[in-house]
Amino acid sequence: MKFLLIMHMNPAVWDGLTEAERKAVMAGHEGFITEVTESGELLGTQALGDPSTSAVVRVRDGVPVVTDGPYAEVKEYLGGFYHIDVDSRERALELAAKIPDAAVDGLGVEVRPVMFAAGPDL
Amino acid sequence: MSRAVGDLVRELAPRVLGLLVRRHGRFDMCEDAVQEALLAAGAQWPRDGVPDNPWGWLVAVASHKVVDAFRAEAARTRREAAVAAMEPVEAPLVPDADDTLSLLLLCCHPELTEPSQVALTLRAVGGLTTAQIARAFLVPEATMGQRITRAKAKIRQAGFGGAGGPERVRAVLHVLYLIFNEGHTASSGTALHNVELSAEAIRVTRLAHHLLPADGEVAGLMALMLLTDARRRARTRPDGSLVPLAEQDRSSWDREQIAEGTLLIERTMATAALGPFQVQAAIAALHAEAPSTAATDWAQIAVLYGILERLAPGPVVTLNRAVAVAEASGPAAGLRLLASVAAELGGHHRFAAVRGHLLEMAGDTESAREAYRTAARLTLSLPERLHLESRAARLGLGDGAGAG
Repeated sequence: MKFLLIMHMNPAVWDGLTEAERKAVMAGHEGFITEVTESGELLGTQALGDPSTSAVVRVRDGVPVVTDGPYAEVKEYLGGFYHIDVDSRERALELAAKIPDAAVDGLGVEVRPVMFAAGPDL
Repeated sequence: MSRAVGDLVRELAPRVLGLLVRRHGRFDMCEDAVQEALLAAGAQWPRDGVPDNPWGWLVAVASHKVVDAFRAEAARTRREAAVAAMEPVEAPLVPDADDTLSLLLLCCHPELTEPSQVALTLRAVGGLTTAQIARAFLVPEATMGQRITRAKAKIRQAGFGGAGGPERVRAVLHVLYLIFNEGHTASSGTALHNVELSAEAIRVTRLAHHLLPADGEVAGLMALMLLTDARRRARTRPDGSLVPLAEQDRSSWDREQIAEGTLLIERTMATAALGPFQVQAAIAALHAEAPSTAATDWAQIAVLYGILERLAPGPVVTLNRAVAVAEASGPAAGLRLLASVAAELGGHHRFAAVRGHLLEMAGDTESAREAYRTAARLTLSLPERLHLESRAARLGLGDGAGAG
């Protein structure tokens, strides 16, 4: 079963951490990546740039209109993700708890299943 | 690799590996050696021709690689004495059916997670490459390679894990069924050179049935796969959308496979101890022989689901029985049965989908539409979501239109 473990970033929370705490979070990701790579569960992971560097594209009457800035002005935004393939939902939750962001006051890791292009018998 | 060579190599793979493991122990090392030998055969045979004794060729090549690997390991750990003990003894050059069975049991080791059991079975018994397995499951090759490496290391630590009792055979059947379902439910748009997992599952199950002919559940699973796979062509449209059983073109069902599956399950149920796979195969056989949904023997199917519920109780079985009961005795009876599993399955998309179907049968259009919409939101299958949305749309827009 494939899941996305979503890290929601809140700059106010992140800026409130000490440098040692921020370093501990980054180091924790390294350990996490090693663990899920060795177990054969990691499909991919990315960290995303700040939403202020985003652009939103809307096509209206066939004409693309580009607006600089994030899709929505919010306090928390998608900061990065792990794409994993695991035995069960329980395992996905267990892994999410090991992501250092989950232990930061004010942050949490969202566990969301990935849809598949296959169909069951109806 | 040409198709003929590929098929031959994969068929021989477990018998080569089985012998090596019997000779040397060290499943992990032997498995790597056999993979290398298979790749060498895939490169050489199409060019130079298939050797007179292809199995012996593979055994010889793989044995050399095992000895090399032992030497390299001994050089690292300075355990020279170990090498002498590992020199290949001249075991009789005959494949032994029991070797393949031991391999199957080993790959479905209780210490391994299901994805690892699946990957290892396909590689060690199915003779597939890591790249083929990775493509079939849509994961990066590195991820699949690491999963297999980890699984083999775990087996090395854990050993065989006790006797190969009936529960180990049940584990093998569960893994083969997982592989079949993965293949059976894959969308029609998969790449052409992808391994067909359902065909692979049928091939290995046929092998297991050959090794354990008296095991009723192995035969039951074999029959269930044949009868389910027979409907493959009819269950999706060219655009990948799903065709429910009631709307399938039954003339495109594979009659040969249905005949084989039906004969197998009839013979098995007459002689073997009854088990869940046999009952499911018997249900599939009743669907296969029916000329239409309306002319299906739903009463008999409801009885069989009742038996299945006693053999392998679970809310999903009750859910399926509710469908059969509704068809046999009317939607009200089905809905009453469905209510009994609401606490356990209320948040599951199948529950909502079945509820929608039964409410539609009962003429409660408004509630049926809501149930279909709920099911569409809960399912993780894209084609199923589209199907459920169209079922809801077929019932009209209603008040909640556009809300979801």
